[in-house]
Amino acid sequence: MILASGLRKSFGGFEAVRGIDVDVRRGESFGFLGPNGAGKSSTMRMVAAVSPVSGGVLRILGLDPATDGPEIRARIGVCPQEDTLDTELTVRDNLVVYGRYFGLPRREVRERADELLEFVQLTDKANAKVDDLSGGMKRRLTIARSLVNRPELLLLDEPTTGLDPQARHVVWDRLFRLKQAGVTLVLTTHYMDEAEQLTDRLVVMDKGLIVAEGSPLDLIAEHSTREVAELRFGVAEEGESHEVLARKVEDLAERVEVLPDRLLLYTADGEETVAKVHERGLTPAATLVRRSTLEDVFLRLTGRTLVD
Amino acid sequence: MALVSAAVGRTAARPLGAGEATGLLLYRNYLAYRRAWYIFLTGFLEPVFYLFSIGVGVGQLVTGFEFNGHEIPYAEFVAPGMLATSAMNGAVLDATFNFFFKLKYNKLFDQLLATPLTTADVARGELSWSLLRGGIYSAGFLVVMLAMGLVSSWWALLAVPASLLIGLCFGAVGMALTTYMRSWQDFEWVNLAMMPMFLFSATFFPLSAYPTGVAWVVEATPLYRGVVLCRELTTGTVGWGSAVSVVYLVAFGAVGLALVRRRLDALLLT
Amino acid sequence: MSGTAPTNPLAGAARLTDYWATVYRRTWKGSAVTSFVAPLFYVVAMGVLLGGFIDAEPDRLEGAASYLAFIAPGLLASQAMTTVFGETTYPVMSMVKWQKTYFSMTASPLSVREVILAQMGFVLVRVAMSCGVFLLVMAPFDVFESWVGALAAFPVQLLLALAFATPVFALSAGLADESPFALIYRLGLIPLFLFSGAFFPVANLDGWMQVLAKATPLWHGVDLTRMLTLDRFDPSTAAVHVAYLVVLAVLGWFWAVHRLTKRMVV
Repeated sequence: MILASGLRKSFGGFEAVRGIDVDVRRGESFGFLGPNGAGKSSTMRMVAAVSPVSGGVLRILGLDPATDGPEIRARIGVCPQEDTLDTELTVRDNLVVYGRYFGLPRREVRERADELLEFVQLTDKANAKVDDLSGGMKRRLTIARSLVNRPELLLLDEPTTGLDPQARHVVWDRLFRLKQAGVTLVLTTHYMDEAEQLTDRLVVMDKGLIVAEGSPLDLIAEHSTREVAELRFGVAEEGESHEVLARKVEDLAERVEVLPDRLLLYTADGEETVAKVHERGLTPAATLVRRSTLEDVFLRLTGRTLVD
Repeated sequence: MALVSAAVGRTAARPLGAGEATGLLLYRNYLAYRRAWYIFLTGFLEPVFYLFSIGVGVGQLVTGFEFNGHEIPYAEFVAPGMLATSAMNGAVLDATFNFFFKLKYNKLFDQLLATPLTTADVARGELSWSLLRGGIYSAGFLVVMLAMGLVSSWWALLAVPASLLIGLCFGAVGMALTTYMRSWQDFEWVNLAMMPMFLFSATFFPLSAYPTGVAWVVEATPLYRGVVLCRELTTGTVGWGSAVSVVYLVAFGAVGLALVRRRLDALLLT
Repeated sequence: MSGTAPTNPLAGAARLTDYWATVYRRTWKGSAVTSFVAPLFYVVAMGVLLGGFIDAEPDRLEGAASYLAFIAPGLLASQAMTTVFGETTYPVMSMVKWQKTYFSMTASPLSVREVILAQMGFVLVRVAMSCGVFLLVMAPFDVFESWVGALAAFPVQLLLALAFATPVFALSAGLADESPFALIYRLGLIPLFLFSGAFFPVANLDGWMQVLAKATPLWHGVDLTRMLTLDRFDPSTAAVHVAYLVVLAVLGWFWAVHRLTKRMVV
């Protein structure tokens, strides 16, 4: 569906994407994970055939975006990071008018609009103004809009950024249904839980490069331990900085990460590690034992957190 | 699942022809304005108010001017000026404020370019809309002029295409300039350019009010060409000068249009 | 030290001085053309150039010795009105809906009343500046019959400004969205500007049109300004004008407080 090799994008002297290789296959759900500024959105805009490629090769559905932009855009669906809904039209007209841009007959687009409103649970808002929708509803409408041409490939740029937890779950549910229906999904996110829930395979991007590739589980197995013990100490605990505390416990775990507000101990058995910390006479204000996530993978690969 | 699989007999999405794309964008603007029809309608009133106030009210104090060798009443002098300036105002309003809003705020063009539409389609569609609207206004204004007895020649019918030409010229240049604007503050420059053109392009008084050097400058401005062209048509005093105005406006519009397309590519396809 | 409640409404409004000063510093460039340059364009185009084609018969120009002297007070009063519309339409919508600035202001010890009072103060400062500059620039053109009259015309602009500012503010504060503003400008501001005696004597209008023109606040402002700059002051007519404008400003004030309170305190 998407084939990129040595793909680059630069803006003036700034290189947003510095040569990446990607191969997305039909029916899979593929993710770009990375922090803000990693080059995910630039990549997505190139794939959506609205941003000229600066270097390397890019083929979408076997077509070249430089010459076949309109043909490519006719066959894909795009859900951009910022909602680009038409605020001057009603909810339903947003779908109908947009569908018409794809050269679809009016009658068919109308049927399709009602179907999609049903799918994203906005039927009772059909005649509302876009401005009156909540953030989550707008996102769902944008997703519905991206499906209006029955795309073979659906691009989602940060589909749930800025939504409250409940709204995110509704969006995830809809996307999961699409995935099950066999739509090829490509999404970017800086939420590891989103990547874990929705993607079969993902690449981790940082500073315009791909730093790791695999399924969420493979990546965790490869780059992290099974569990993580999080230790939170009181402010200036016994006058000791986190670095000093880290040195006292570093032999208890495979790896220790120092964050501004807590220590992360990577270990196979978190409870056991916490017990050993207590044995050393250290008394964290709070402890938490959890499974490793993609966040930990990212921290390991780049030394930085995803959301900052 | 029916939602996603292209079921048998369904039409496949495809790129659109230029005419079809323009038609769709006009339809989109029609839908957007359908709820705000009164904004569309009242846009017609401004030149009429000016005609009644300056042309008729102030006209009672003015004796009338000579134009191309004919003595004409003041209202008959001002009316074609209002026709031309309203064509300019309408086009500039659409091409600057409304265009900027769609470009920067409601991201309409980003949305359009995610579909098979191209930047050329967008520029053509927006300009066609502004011309359609301008054409309706000027036709309406011409009817008002007719009812007030301010039209003295069949040439006046050509005043509608003439105002479309004025609209094309100002619309294209306005859009091109809008692509360079950074914030609403920059629109103060638009006001700064429009207001003197409106007041000094021989709209309210003849060129003889100026010293020779200034008159030449005024004669070289696009609105002056538009005003004089309309005035020649509604008073039936068409000549070679009219042809010069037409060529001038067409050239201005063509350059503007080429620039818009280039700038939209640069701004939106990054 | 923690905050205190203001002791009286003026003291409360005064706390917003820094806010409005900051707003002005940020936006004055954007309003410079409309506040200072535009009225001068009108003076030159209509007063000087078009005026050159108008016979200066004082009988037909409400006693003015030239067309320029006739429209100068009209344009001055129109400038006061235009400035007010500019400050009390879109900016009010922005503060009540888009930026929600009023909500942050009233989350402090300040009340709705004080917030409006401060904004009225800002509007008056804006009007004072643009009308002050206008008066100064017009002085050398020999359009003022007496300097006392010209000086007296200045506070009249402030009164006229208030008579527009409070009701227009009230209207804007209660609107759901900005689309009615197009109507307020096209069916309110522009006809007022064109038909309230600024450009030609209202006597030139037909019967009912003349009655309508004389009922508008702008006409009262224009006539009062003109009798001052042309030195044809008539105390009883002036008293009617002042009374009309004061009543409008006061009624508008109560309406404004009512509308904004209703909008914000739900």
